Amino acid sequence: MADIAFLALSVITIGAAIAALEMRSLIYGSIALMGSLGGIAGFFLLLDAPFVALFQLAVYVGSIAVLILFTVMLVKRELIFKKIEDKRRKFAGIGLMLVLMVALGAIFIDSGIKTITTDEPPVDFRDIGADFVTYYWPALILMGLILAGTVTGALVLARRVDVEDEQRAN
Amino acid sequence: MSNELIDFTLVSVALLGIGIYGLAVKRNFIRMLFAIEIIINAANLNLVAFGRFLPHSGGQTLALFSIAIAAAEVAVGLSLIIVAYRMYQNIDIADFRSLKG
Repeated sequence: MADIAFLALSVITIGAAIAALEMRSLIYGSIALMGSLGGIAGFFLLLDAPFVALFQLAVYVGSIAVLILFTVMLVKRELIFKKIEDKRRKFAGIGLMLVLMVALGAIFIDSGIKTITTDEPPVDFRDIGADFVTYYWPALILMGLILAGTVTGALVLARRVDVEDEQRAN
Repeated sequence: MSNELIDFTLVSVALLGIGIYGLAVKRNFIRMLFAIEIIINAANLNLVAFGRFLPHSGGQTLALFSIAIAAAEVAVGLSLIIVAYRMYQNIDIADFRSLKG
């Protein structure tokens, strides 16, 4: 049976996820998304994974949410408060969501997952560090290269050639 | 440990449903990015939960990789939003049908 902390966290996470999609203002929406990502970090703490929880807080709540907030600020004011969605698709979307939740939930409840419990101690975070530098080292290097490549690509994409030409002409 | 694996899995399924609803209904580029983030987080929650109950360190390692790749994906997605907004002065994806200069 779930405890109080788990119930509170699931209410916060799911409620904030719905708020992030449904709030009128994109700014409040991105703050609600921050709450939802923070709730996931709380789940990681409940799962005895403090290292992943802190990584989640640093990367998602700390940087990605701020990046999204800055992008929202670059958009025109009317667009931030305008709701852009297909009215006809709304009920179909809600139906799809409910069918998916009920179907997948029923499958999971019916499966053998329900009987899985553990009394073993949690994984030590030192094992994760050892994993990174022994078995997963090629993946770690590849990930670093991918990160560098994508961030450079993002900078090149967002570059304004016209402004640069103007500055060069002056 | 009082929480069971099925509880975390059900929360993850709920988040996945919300994310797919957002992707299906919203036409706002930024909101669709929110929906993608929610789906990725549902997947990470599953990874860590299964890794805890096996117990095996692979789940957390994979979750860390997944978080890092998601950060890269968001950076590219946001720069695409900025480029598209500069071209069309709008963030409605129905306007982005002709992606040429």
